[in-house]
Amino acid sequence: MSKYQYVPEPALVKGDHDFSSLTRLVTDINLRETPKAWYLAMMGANALLMLMVIAIGYLIWEGIGIWGLNNPVGWGWAIINFVWWVGIGHAGTLISAILFLFRQDWRTAINRFAEAMTIFAVMCAGVFPAIHVGRIWAVYWLFPIPNQMQMWPNFNSPLLWDVFAVSTYFTVSLLFWYVGLVPDLATIRDRATDKIRKVTYGIFSLGWTGSNRHWWNYEKAYMILAGLATPLVLSVHTIVSFDFAVSMIPGWHTTIFPPYFVAGAIFSGFAMVLTLMIVARKIYGMKDIMTDDHMEKMNIVILVTGSMVGFAYIMEFFIAWYSGVEYEKAIFMLRATGPYAWAYWAMMTCNVFSPQFFWSKKLRRSVGFTFFISIVVNIGMWFERFVITVTSLANDYLPSSWDYYSPTIWDVMTYVGTFGLFFTMFLLFLRFLPMVALAEIKAVIPQADPHNYDEGTNEYIAPKVEVPEPQSEKV
Amino acid sequence: MNTTEDQKIHGILAEFKNPKELTDVAKKMVNSGYSKFDTFSPFPIHGMDKAMNLKKSKLGWIVLGHGILGFSIAIAMMYFMSVIDYPLNISGKPFFNAPAWVPITFELTVLLSAFGAVFGMFFLNGLPKLHNPLFNSERFKKATDDGFFACIEADDDMFEAEKVKALFQEAGASHIEEVYE
Repeated sequence: MSKYQYVPEPALVKGDHDFSSLTRLVTDINLRETPKAWYLAMMGANALLMLMVIAIGYLIWEGIGIWGLNNPVGWGWAIINFVWWVGIGHAGTLISAILFLFRQDWRTAINRFAEAMTIFAVMCAGVFPAIHVGRIWAVYWLFPIPNQMQMWPNFNSPLLWDVFAVSTYFTVSLLFWYVGLVPDLATIRDRATDKIRKVTYGIFSLGWTGSNRHWWNYEKAYMILAGLATPLVLSVHTIVSFDFAVSMIPGWHTTIFPPYFVAGAIFSGFAMVLTLMIVARKIYGMKDIMTDDHMEKMNIVILVTGSMVGFAYIMEFFIAWYSGVEYEKAIFMLRATGPYAWAYWAMMTCNVFSPQFFWSKKLRRSVGFTFFISIVVNIGMWFERFVITVTSLANDYLPSSWDYYSPTIWDVMTYVGTFGLFFTMFLLFLRFLPMVALAEIKAVIPQADPHNYDEGTNEYIAPKVEVPEPQSEKV
Repeated sequence: MNTTEDQKIHGILAEFKNPKELTDVAKKMVNSGYSKFDTFSPFPIHGMDKAMNLKKSKLGWIVLGHGILGFSIAIAMMYFMSVIDYPLNISGKPFFNAPAWVPITFELTVLLSAFGAVFGMFFLNGLPKLHNPLFNSERFKKATDDGFFACIEADDDMFEAEKVKALFQEAGASHIEEVYE
């Protein structure tokens, strides 16, 4: 016997589920009457959304002077929130594309959910570049569209690359999401009993039959999309980091930015997926599909990416000293001890120290603790963007022009309002679309494998693998 | 369902219990020489491509074509705008500033490739389809839930209703029905 032992994965779907019970578990949510609590949640989300509409309305009326921007700090909450929201979106693509390429079957429980989060987070992010231009009627100058000046955009500018990167990212994420949805929309179409649902889901499922000739092309398309989305997601946050790194501002002009931004994006995105997942699986009774094992795996990703981010923070300090550039050294000392030290240490605590608790298996599997950390991480990541954006601008080359930046009520309202947009979209998603990729999760349960059936009688035989239950050592 | 004589038959639909039976019947249909047949399942079944003797999907070529198109459009657009139509000296950089054009070229290549992958897939599958005779079968609704179906179409040269039914019967179908246009 070899000294190495094959350790099988714990079952992906807990409980005694077959294909039909999974269908019912997921699609009953879309087919039943709308619960009262959903309306209440929707009211709350809409109230926040109105806040955003008001804040943007007044911004367009009055101009960006209503924000807290001042002379050295020309980039404030708008870019912070933009980078933060885009970063959150990255977890969805990581789960749907990168984990697919790595054949991580556990992704099937959460990919639909996380991709929806991606799309809505990118929508929230897109709000900021669109409204921050000041003269909103000229916003189309961002795109290579003929205009009255007969000029074209500057293709050397990272800000323009960003326009292409984020719009491509949004479009590809939406297509990827829709491709995944088509078979599941067909499931709802076939289960629906009322005319409206039959017609609506019928249109959007495009006449999907589940033909294996179709599945054959479908799986190919899915794989190609995953292959395209993987470099795309890495490129998007790389280009977002170029917005900073290509400039000559101390603290921004560093080559570590692209990998460090991508790691941070995945870090915050996984935290957001966890926050939403822990709440949704409780409310919708999805604990058999979104199990504690999933939570543990995601917590490991948070631990890894959190440590990468921590490494980047330390490396930035080291390189600032090692480069011998006075301004570089000064800005990093100012970050840790200057006027924004409170933000810097909030960032360090939330992003570097808090995920380290996940070295403990017990804490990784604790729902309450994970929920708490997932929120802490997202606060920390917001502070990271704040520290990068504001400290470098507020204290740059010339001390006489230094100034302290504080947001106004309008900054806060716009930011809080984007949560309204996010949750409105998310609640609509939970109500009308299957929140778990049904066809994909059916394909990973043992009943789906033709090899798990008896050759003679064609009866299902559960695969005989000893699955070590991670929970057995504790309650 | 009404099965009157004057309706044109679309094919014979058989239901099977599980993915294993469906894979077996797919092999059987291939071995018996049928070509216009299909199997239906709520999820892609591992090994079904071999059982049904499916050729490699052409989708990769469609995506490659779209990718090349996206790449060319990006380069052509930027070249036209910043070299031919309105050259602007920006910090003394060359008009044809290839390194700075990499991100946008990449993004448009990916964008067009993704269009190719999604719309190409729907095109190859003949979707969206306004009407499919299989939906006349009430039982076929299970194909997106937990049903496993096989169908041999009447268009097949070898199609003989009795023989097809016998094949499905032998393969252990739990239900066999004729589907009309």
